[in-house]
Amino acid sequence: MFIASGDVAPSFKGFTLIMPAVSVGNVGQLAVDLLISTLNMARVGHFHTDCLIPMAGNNPYATPAEEAAQLCTSAEVYSHRASKLAVLQIRTPIIQTKVRSFRKLMVSWIKSSGFLRSVLLSSSQAYHRDDQQLHGTPLRHLLTPSLQKEEAQRVEELGWREMERISAFPGISDSEQRLYIPGGGVTKALYTDCCTEDISMAVVLIFCSEGDNIPDAFALVNHLNDWLHLLEKPTQGSVQWRVPPSWRLLFGSGIPPLLF
Amino acid sequence: MATFFGEVLSVYSRAVEEDEDDDMTNENEEDAQIRREIEEKRSVDVHWLSQTDGSVPCSDLIIAVGPNATGFVSAHVLRSGGWTAVAWVSLWNERSPGSGRADTAPGPGEPSCILYQQKHSPSVLLCQCSCYVAEDQQFQWTEKVLGCVQTRDLTVTVLSDCSVAEYKTSDYLSESSVPFLRSLRTSAHTGPVASPALEQPNISTGLAAAVLSHCQVQRIAAVLYQCYSDVLQPDSLSMQTYRAAVSAVLKLDPTPSADVLQKITRGSELQSNLYT
Repeated sequence: MFIASGDVAPSFKGFTLIMPAVSVGNVGQLAVDLLISTLNMARVGHFHTDCLIPMAGNNPYATPAEEAAQLCTSAEVYSHRASKLAVLQIRTPIIQTKVRSFRKLMVSWIKSSGFLRSVLLSSSQAYHRDDQQLHGTPLRHLLTPSLQKEEAQRVEELGWREMERISAFPGISDSEQRLYIPGGGVTKALYTDCCTEDISMAVVLIFCSEGDNIPDAFALVNHLNDWLHLLEKPTQGSVQWRVPPSWRLLFGSGIPPLLF
Repeated sequence: MATFFGEVLSVYSRAVEEDEDDDMTNENEEDAQIRREIEEKRSVDVHWLSQTDGSVPCSDLIIAVGPNATGFVSAHVLRSGGWTAVAWVSLWNERSPGSGRADTAPGPGEPSCILYQQKHSPSVLLCQCSCYVAEDQQFQWTEKVLGCVQTRDLTVTVLSDCSVAEYKTSDYLSESSVPFLRSLRTSAHTGPVASPALEQPNISTGLAAAVLSHCQVQRIAAVLYQCYSDVLQPDSLSMQTYRAAVSAVLKLDPTPSADVLQKITRGSELQSNLYT
């Protein structure tokens, strides 16, 4: 359930929603962190639900000098009014038995908020790529039928590749072709829900492996920026994304000085 | 698949979608029934020892989770006298199967979750939770426990503990600085805090985080004190760190009960006969 942090509930009419799927390497979540941090988005509310494992911490985007003592929870919504952008950040895994109710909750919130379109940032296991997927870029996309009408042309101009359908029984020529996103968490199910519910949603995903997934997050967010133009790309080089201070110490604490 | 030695190995197949294990689209009536029953079994309930009508008036609620926090409550707070048990929380999960009995209150020494009320100022409630609350029950626990107290002008103080191995800092922690206390508070909490704020990228999880999240969205003033300890078992030094935080709410005896303290800290020693 969405709970506004201010007294007035914000309106998301005509906004674009970007949200992560909790998937392999947490790439979607890292990419969303980059967006919130770089665009300096304001928190407008919490997503309070029993479907997520609880978590609490201090403001992950505040630089040490700033006021960092702002409590953050497992799922929060940030907004950028000028670019009509809303971002949902999910910081913890979904509880196994509540995946289905989480999807229902997401679908009903997206529908009731009146978002223009939604983007699900996700990832999939790199080692599951089959022969046809191994060629070229690791980035893929999926559009629901209602978004296909508006954006198919644009996406084609960008040269984006659609996520390939894989035959259910490899080697058998006329076997059923189906969508297969291993390691993608709710990605496939949420995409299917959005197709049946006639929601304009795009899935943007990257093939990756578990490890230091920061480069994957940069690749994914740059790819997304090519489409949505959230930040102006300089003529030379790429967009300067701001890494949030909470990414520090990703590989543990400092080294004891007595070692040397 | 079982091997020659009898252990069961999970067989991995590319043809099967490993991620979609709980796709419950073609669930039949029986499956749904089983799921409902499991859900019912895992439900959390608050049982009052005396009749109460509506929500209990409360100005301060102290919640203690974790071995050091519950040990502190036993040795430093409950011993200062004047506390009566008013309610207990029943819940069942794999790690605390005994706490699920809805008809009988847990006996002394059992892992349990009990609410106490201070005799001379009944608006102060204390919840000592020494049983394990599973991840899927933490949200429900918070809703149920905070649902039975009046939330107007309520201040929640959560005591929790954590291993110092989980504390991330760019400076090396010297042994003399452990144990220490860090705090997290909701936006509604404006009063003084007894310890430095928890630095990024450290976070709090579990029941303490569930309580804090609930208080944040319901705009209840709440503060969490997390003790980072380098001892696996509860120890008196780590418990001591909560004193400053709790004495802002309660009057504490200057010395803890030695008997209780000994009981708590000894419990783990006896199991090891490695170096006798």
